[in-house]
Amino acid sequence: MLAYLIRRLFAAAVMLVVIVMVVFSIFFLIPKWAGVDIATSFVGKQADPSSVKAVAEKLGLNDPIYAQVWEFFKGIFVGRTYSAGGDVTNCSAPCFGYSFRSEQAIWPVLTDRFPVTLGLALGAAVLWLIFGLAAGVLSALKRGTLWDRGAMVVALAGVSLPIYFTGLLSLAVFSYGLGWLDAQYVPLEDSFTGWLGGMILPWITLAFLYAAMYARITRATMMEILGEDYIRTARAKGLRESVVIRKHAMRSTMTPILTMLGMDLGALIGGAILTETTFSLPGLGQAVLNAIKNQDLPVILGVTLITSLAVLIANLVVDVLYAVIDPRVRLA
Amino acid sequence: MTTQRTSGRRKQALAAAAVVAALLTTAACGGGDSDNGGSKNGAAGFDAANNKVAQASEAKKGGELKFASAQDADSWDTTRGYYGFMWNFSRYYSRQLVTNATEPGKAGAGVTPDLATGLAKVSDDGKTYTYTLRDGITWEDGKPITSKDIKYGIERVWAQDVLSGGPTYLKEVLDPKGEYQGPYKDKSKDKLGLKAIETPDDKTIVFKLPKANSDFEEMLALTSASPVRQDKDTKSKYGLHPFSSGPYKFQSYSPGKDLVLVRNTEWKQESDPIRKAYPDKISIKFFSNANDLDARLIAGDYDLDLAQTGMSPQGRTTALKQHKGNLDNPVSGYIRYAVFPQSVKPFDNEHCRKAVIYGADHVSLQTARGGPVAGGDIGTNMLPPSVPGSEGQKYDPYEMAGANKNGNVAKAKEELKACGKPNGFKTTIAVRNNKPVEVATAESLQASLKKVGITVDIDQYDGAQTPGIIGSPSNVKKKGYGIIIMGWGPDFPSVQGYGLPLWHSDYILDSGNNNYALIKDKTIDGLFDDYVNTLDDAGKEKIATEINHKVMEGGYYLPFVFEKFLNWRSSRLANVYTTDGYSGMYDFVNLGLKSTK
Repeated sequence: MLAYLIRRLFAAAVMLVVIVMVVFSIFFLIPKWAGVDIATSFVGKQADPSSVKAVAEKLGLNDPIYAQVWEFFKGIFVGRTYSAGGDVTNCSAPCFGYSFRSEQAIWPVLTDRFPVTLGLALGAAVLWLIFGLAAGVLSALKRGTLWDRGAMVVALAGVSLPIYFTGLLSLAVFSYGLGWLDAQYVPLEDSFTGWLGGMILPWITLAFLYAAMYARITRATMMEILGEDYIRTARAKGLRESVVIRKHAMRSTMTPILTMLGMDLGALIGGAILTETTFSLPGLGQAVLNAIKNQDLPVILGVTLITSLAVLIANLVVDVLYAVIDPRVRLA
Repeated sequence: MTTQRTSGRRKQALAAAAVVAALLTTAACGGGDSDNGGSKNGAAGFDAANNKVAQASEAKKGGELKFASAQDADSWDTTRGYYGFMWNFSRYYSRQLVTNATEPGKAGAGVTPDLATGLAKVSDDGKTYTYTLRDGITWEDGKPITSKDIKYGIERVWAQDVLSGGPTYLKEVLDPKGEYQGPYKDKSKDKLGLKAIETPDDKTIVFKLPKANSDFEEMLALTSASPVRQDKDTKSKYGLHPFSSGPYKFQSYSPGKDLVLVRNTEWKQESDPIRKAYPDKISIKFFSNANDLDARLIAGDYDLDLAQTGMSPQGRTTALKQHKGNLDNPVSGYIRYAVFPQSVKPFDNEHCRKAVIYGADHVSLQTARGGPVAGGDIGTNMLPPSVPGSEGQKYDPYEMAGANKNGNVAKAKEELKACGKPNGFKTTIAVRNNKPVEVATAESLQASLKKVGITVDIDQYDGAQTPGIIGSPSNVKKKGYGIIIMGWGPDFPSVQGYGLPLWHSDYILDSGNNNYALIKDKTIDGLFDDYVNTLDDAGKEKIATEINHKVMEGGYYLPFVFEKFLNWRSSRLANVYTTDGYSGMYDFVNLGLKSTK
């Protein structure tokens, strides 16, 4: 088990290095090849040559790409100091870079925005697991009935409709129209009820999409498992149907669901860009979108790393949980 | 397969129709307004605050003035900010020797004393400006604002290597040779080594210009001329919490999330002739969804849009239909245009440039910009209506708003013949990919030029990299960008504040260039030289008109519109007016609320 974990962690670290290098290349090498002066983009309307030079110096644009990558990784462990023109900025460890647009270290920005995204992802996950699994199981058990068909039509709609559509629709109806929900984000520490009121529509919108996918996967898996020999054996032994479903069928159904959950949660923790943009939630997704608009590479890099890390950790946790859910799986 | 696809499309169309219906139904809940004469909800009426003051007597002291915005400022540091709304908003927490008058319309573009007791005493043939400071002017900690604080604040403009982004006019006028290195590299003990500014005592400040510049006082009214106290200067991080000299101070600021200003209790009303300081608190909430922002404005959750660049198409439609009394339709001061770099053949030939101007369908371009209300009047020349010397649509050398408004194919073909391309030519339009309206204008231009035989490709480039892509003349030439779509507004309302970077040959830069047409015209350069030496307003206006004529005669530009916006004003607002001092925005600094709740 320990050896397995060490191997996976090592692979995760290698993957993170590769991701950082790819992101660096996209933002630094490609513009260079296209003949675009990146430093000029950071300076205002009246670009002064000294400011262009200083920005290049501060961002380390004159250094070779490997040196920039190395400085970035070093900063995570020992911090960094940026200096140009008599202005010295310290970025203490863990330094995930420094935004020259907002003059802020990236790590505090990420930690400030992370709870918003985490709250959104976890709240939505609870909803989509409850409704997605319930709808999927019921549909499998009542195959061909009106319930099954109705649930699958709703699920199809959920999968097909993009979030900016359902999000705007829910805002138009429940917030601007009926006025039932304010749908404006309030930090949890300011007011629990305010936070809850602001999160309900984003949760429902996000959960609608995912619940639909989970319902369809649950239904398909459950139907396949219900035809397995061991289910027939369990029934032949005289076990109650609820026990057969709960203890035998559900356990096997959960394996692919858990895999999906790991991947989805990991990706959402890196920022649910569309949901956060639609509802103006100040999370990581909104931060990365603003950063892309403003060419704020350090923020993009920071959020990309957090997303990658979240996906890798979620996958690791899922792999470990396999063994708990399904004793047939042994970690090798 | 085909049937299924059709059915899918039908489903999508039905779904879209349902959303539109829902949006319209819900939007209709707010109740209607009359066109002009105010409304049941207390709105002053359509255009009631456009160039005139609306509901001035209803402003009460107290309450929270709520701004909403889809974008944060480039910086709240007075030296670094360049966005128009930042300059407007910064008057809450920063003062200058002189500032824009707090008057509606054209009068708002005039300069009035702020920290100084009066306008400058100008001597030495316009090369010396002397100011005396008022009594009772203080920082947020109660310490007096001195002439040295003002000098230090202005010196920061020289530190472009640390504080990039803001306007650099003062640096160019006071130190054209670039001898001073800025306060952070200043070897003198007090860091006040800039020779062009003298502070004989704490109440007097003297500016000594190497060469006269008739717009110098306009430059001192810019936010970048604000005082900064040396012991409070956090250099590149100053924009996160500027130290206040105005009636409000920063309480909290989280970039991209929110900003809250509260009263600066050390500020004294009697020391400030222009600021009324009605609200107790001023807040900005930043949104990432422009439609959500507009819906919140309409719902009354916020009072006005900080950016003041008009509502989104969806919000605009709802507001015009249901809440017209809450809208103003000011001229923004911006001109949207196409410009022809002379380095790209055949645009080195004047006749080829004019063929494009005549071939364009100006009504279609105006429609692509949003039409006469949301887009603006057809642009007929390159001087914005808010700039002294402008003749507006009266000067229309190519009859763009007259006989040729739908394009003149015959005249365009004549020009093509004269430029040696009777069968037309091929070129590329460069347009920012993050501005859908600009892409729409490019497509409109492409369609109309096809009729005269000019084939156009559209290259949508990364808008965030504008200065590095179209601001690099070598890149423009390499890419063959014969037509660039852009827009420009005045930094201060004068031909210098608008046109100098666009038309003067000294402003052709290797990167960050704005003279995209690469105009090297000795007559135009000479007129700018005459302008800075002309001290009387009538003479300045005459030269501004002449410069505009020269630019238009050269056929370097195809103006699309004199831009207009539709801006929202909540029914809670009082003492509201648009001002040419801030390009048709509401004058933020004296906004009040009718009720303090």
